[in-house]
Amino acid sequence: MSEPTTTFEPRIVAFFCNWCTYTAADLAGVSRMKYAPNIRVIRLMCSGRLDPQFVMTAFAKGADGVLIGGCHPGDCHYVEGNYKTLRRATLLKRMLADLGIVDGRFRLEWISASEGDKVKHVVNDMVEKLRALGPLNMPGKHKDWDKEMEELEEQLQAQEGEACHVH
Amino acid sequence: MSTKPKIGFYWCASCGGCEESVVDLAEDILMVVGAVDIVFWPCAMDFKKKDVEAMADKSIVAMLINGAIRTSEQEEMAHLLRRKSQVLIAYGSCAHTGGIPSLANQFSREQIMKYVYEDAPTMVNDQKTRPQTHYKDDGRETELPELRNTVRSLDQVVDVDYYIPGCPPPPKLLKDAVVALLSGKLPPKGTVLAPDIAVCQQCKRNDTKPQDISLTEFKRPHQIIADPEKCLLAQGLVCLGPATRGGCDAVCINGNMPCTGCFGPTSRVTDHGAKILSYLASTAAGKEEKEITKTLAGVPDPVGTFYRYGLAKCLLRGKIHATGESNTR
Amino acid sequence: MSKRIGVYICHCGTNIAGMVDVKAVAEYAATLPGVVLGRDYKYMCSDPGQEWIKEDIKDQKLDRVVVAACSPLLHERTFRTAAARGGLNQYYVQMVNIREHDAWVHTDKASATEKAKDLIRAAVYRVALHKPLEKKEVPIKPGVLIVGAGIAGIHAALTLANAGKKVYLVEREPTIGGHMAKFDKTFPTLDCAACILTPKMTSVKNHPNITMWTYSDVTKVDGFVGNYKVTVRRNPRYVIENLCVGCSECINACVYKEGKFPDEFNLGLGKRKPVYLPFPQATPLVALIDPDTCIQLKTGKCKKTCIEACGDRKAIDFEQEAEIKEIEVGTIILATGFKIFDSKRIPYYGYGTYPGVYTALEVERLVNASGPTSGELVMRNGQKPKSVAIVHCVGSRDENTNKYCSRVCCMYSLKLAHLVKERTGAEVYNFYIDMRTPGKGFEEFYSKVAGEGVHMIRGKVADIYPESPGNGSARLVVQAEDTLLNMIRKVPVDMVVLGVGLEAQADANDVRRLFNISCSNDGWFLERHPKLAPVNTFTDGIFIAGCCQGPKDIPDTVAQAGAAAAEALALIDAGSIELEPNTAYIVDTECSGCKTCIPMCPYTAISRNDEKKIAVINEALCKGCGTCVAACPSGAIKQNLFEDEEIFEEINGVLAHV
Repeated sequence: MSEPTTTFEPRIVAFFCNWCTYTAADLAGVSRMKYAPNIRVIRLMCSGRLDPQFVMTAFAKGADGVLIGGCHPGDCHYVEGNYKTLRRATLLKRMLADLGIVDGRFRLEWISASEGDKVKHVVNDMVEKLRALGPLNMPGKHKDWDKEMEELEEQLQAQEGEACHVH
Repeated sequence: MSTKPKIGFYWCASCGGCEESVVDLAEDILMVVGAVDIVFWPCAMDFKKKDVEAMADKSIVAMLINGAIRTSEQEEMAHLLRRKSQVLIAYGSCAHTGGIPSLANQFSREQIMKYVYEDAPTMVNDQKTRPQTHYKDDGRETELPELRNTVRSLDQVVDVDYYIPGCPPPPKLLKDAVVALLSGKLPPKGTVLAPDIAVCQQCKRNDTKPQDISLTEFKRPHQIIADPEKCLLAQGLVCLGPATRGGCDAVCINGNMPCTGCFGPTSRVTDHGAKILSYLASTAAGKEEKEITKTLAGVPDPVGTFYRYGLAKCLLRGKIHATGESNTR
Repeated sequence: MSKRIGVYICHCGTNIAGMVDVKAVAEYAATLPGVVLGRDYKYMCSDPGQEWIKEDIKDQKLDRVVVAACSPLLHERTFRTAAARGGLNQYYVQMVNIREHDAWVHTDKASATEKAKDLIRAAVYRVALHKPLEKKEVPIKPGVLIVGAGIAGIHAALTLANAGKKVYLVEREPTIGGHMAKFDKTFPTLDCAACILTPKMTSVKNHPNITMWTYSDVTKVDGFVGNYKVTVRRNPRYVIENLCVGCSECINACVYKEGKFPDEFNLGLGKRKPVYLPFPQATPLVALIDPDTCIQLKTGKCKKTCIEACGDRKAIDFEQEAEIKEIEVGTIILATGFKIFDSKRIPYYGYGTYPGVYTALEVERLVNASGPTSGELVMRNGQKPKSVAIVHCVGSRDENTNKYCSRVCCMYSLKLAHLVKERTGAEVYNFYIDMRTPGKGFEEFYSKVAGEGVHMIRGKVADIYPESPGNGSARLVVQAEDTLLNMIRKVPVDMVVLGVGLEAQADANDVRRLFNISCSNDGWFLERHPKLAPVNTFTDGIFIAGCCQGPKDIPDTVAQAGAAAAEALALIDAGSIELEPNTAYIVDTECSGCKTCIPMCPYTAISRNDEKKIAVINEALCKGCGTCVAACPSGAIKQNLFEDEEIFEEINGVLAHV
């Protein structure tokens, strides 16, 4: 029981639009649907607010997956915000792939206010897929990458110490 | 002994263009040279590293370093010059955001070495010899700096006081910076010494830009002969002017070429490439994935286009390789 | 600037506490940067819970509040108000959803507790950056637009007009009255529809506070709650409304001696001339001319006997053009009704193939005294039926067409059974799946009709086919499995009446886009909450009533119409409404004038200032979607309450390791 679990638990940051997907997630809650606890939802008024910088930040800070939830095309509460999201997400997917963030880590889903069960299915499906892909762990990777500077830095600090003594 | 303030220029992983931009000061260079004492400038003067090491800490008033940090030697020099300088200025795109050299962060060091020393069409190296950082031969020892796995901007290695952006920075920015230095009227530490507003504000073609651009196609500069009077984005060219810091007087646009983003983002933007992506995708037309994909196919290399001068500062810092090919040692 | 943040964790009884270790979370919250207290309580939304927040703000000098409880969609306002009563700006409050998004959807306590901690940490990081915003107050214009003048629109219009409010009632048909005007008798009381409807129609016409525009469409809606600018196109009747007295002389004098074209009001069962009155009690009682069939309008060459007959009144005007009206109203009620299911989608029921198959609405017209057969149930073949089958659930409760139950068909099928039997004495067979008679007096009505000798067969009709094909006999066989008798029945009848279900209007999707509301999966207009806000929409100031929201009978329609009128009245009498200040704003000195943002806004809230060469946002039009904020290439546009920094901190917060 006290053995550390070796199953990797992916961390998903989700950006849900207030009117459709966030409401659908609330509905899933009210209906007591059960799904994986790996997701952390950040509320936006519209998926159109989604700045690709948020996605990059989420990955850079340790997310294994990023999920965007918006209204179905044609149903945006603000008329057309989700079309802009679609355009940005389409290009972002390509760019992320070119940066080595494989397909499946960044996901765009259209979930309407009445589709509580879709929230459940998408989350569970995404967790499974991310488990198979393994951790992304950008902070860990960046730390690893920067190890190459450590030796030199330590050397220089030692020298500086000596120099200080001299002066 | 001269009482003029000491300044220096150093170059790391760079093309030399920034050094030339100093020369581009033209007559103004006399003003600069007259007002300061250049104590270190490997490109143009014969001072050595040991000369710098002999200087007292913080005795150099301002050190302008250009070029990205790619080797252990450049790291070492960056640390050394930081110790010896009061004000350290990252000069040019490479020092500011990693520059074009940082596009190498799309490849692992192994990929680069293998290509250069084995697979390149003009390489003949049957023994697959690789350069070593240490080599002993006949009792004599030689050293080469280590090529790091990741290209870094200057501030990813040492603490930087100011940035002068541009590839290369226009001479005017350098002149203004020197003047500010000499008068002691410097902005808060960390400021980029260029206007904090996008290029469109300075662009002569701004008035011709329609209020409702919705492109179904993006074109590359070689595909059209751009109308020299009209907004380049409106003509379908990928112009990064709206997303790029101004201060260059839109010189590329005046040369009928679209802005490629060398001044980096404004201070309000964290990841330049991501913001460029958002802006460009927002100008694309299309409501269905198929249409949109077709339009966006006109941007064949998103990473190269959006992070041309700043992949080191991308929040991801480079491409992640599949396991087995790491960016580490 | 160190903050003094108070974090409150709600147990919500056992709803949250049963899955999340609330005490541990409160303890953890107290360790976060800037947090001076972490409390947990059984019901934060209760009076004592809110009092606590209020007192802590004063006693502990809190300058930020985080409440981890249910969904902000439920109680964000509650806690903001509580904070305001404590003297703190209400936008210094951030809610965390640990009930709908955590306790209720996860099964492992450890993970649920970790998740709660992550979400609260994110909120603490975020709220530290919140700014003191103020709600903007927007005045409500007193006029109301009601779209659709069936019984719902009429009732809402009269309620509002009687309260002294100015009403614009817009109807696309040439007469008000909607579907109800087509009915003969209504269930369960068998009231004559026209008798109860026409007095209301007359009241509408004569009411000084109601501007009634028939034969008109809404073409454009701009603005926001309290300030809608609506463009209405009044289509040309080629008859001048305030000059025509409805005397029908023009109709009598028309060069067409007899009606030749399908009569829309009678669903094509009768014929009309190019100039016509929709029906004898049409309101307004004004003729109209159909440009597709009138010789004068098509060719310009007619004797125009109609003009001659009209004489001194000079009410006919062949040059009449569409009139564009622009009105300003504060609230809008949509009462656009329904359409019936298209029976051709079930080909084996034979509608459109066998002349003996009718829809229920067609039969309403046949039994109606002012219908094409003057109330005699005469079929297309000129005969009266001796046996009639009434098929329930046509198009409804069916995976292949509409899954939902249309609610009124059992009752109207029983009503038609009664009327058919009364008029013709025919044998009547009602084929049903379940007999749904839930309303007041409905079950009693069923018993009555059954008692009259109508045959009730519990079996969904599987097929309808001619009794002897090619024999000239028009009799049809209705085949169904009688699930009570456990046998297949094949009943030969003269006439089949299809109990068609109700559907959303064909252009419901276009209409809802015009008004910026949503449709639900079935195509009906979407209500804000199925139980607590059935006539509100997600767009402030726009209400829905009647069948456009979902199938229902007349009593429920009238109830909803009254409810929608009450909602509109509440807004109008309050005089103003507060809008969430989550609007976007441009920092002048940062805007480069790149114009990227201008086309992003669907509300045209962003425009170009040519003098300053920058973009400008009209705060009153901004709805706070943030699309322009994400598009701005240089970060010159920011969104109140959803600033980049605030969201970055939220992202940091959810991912920061404990």
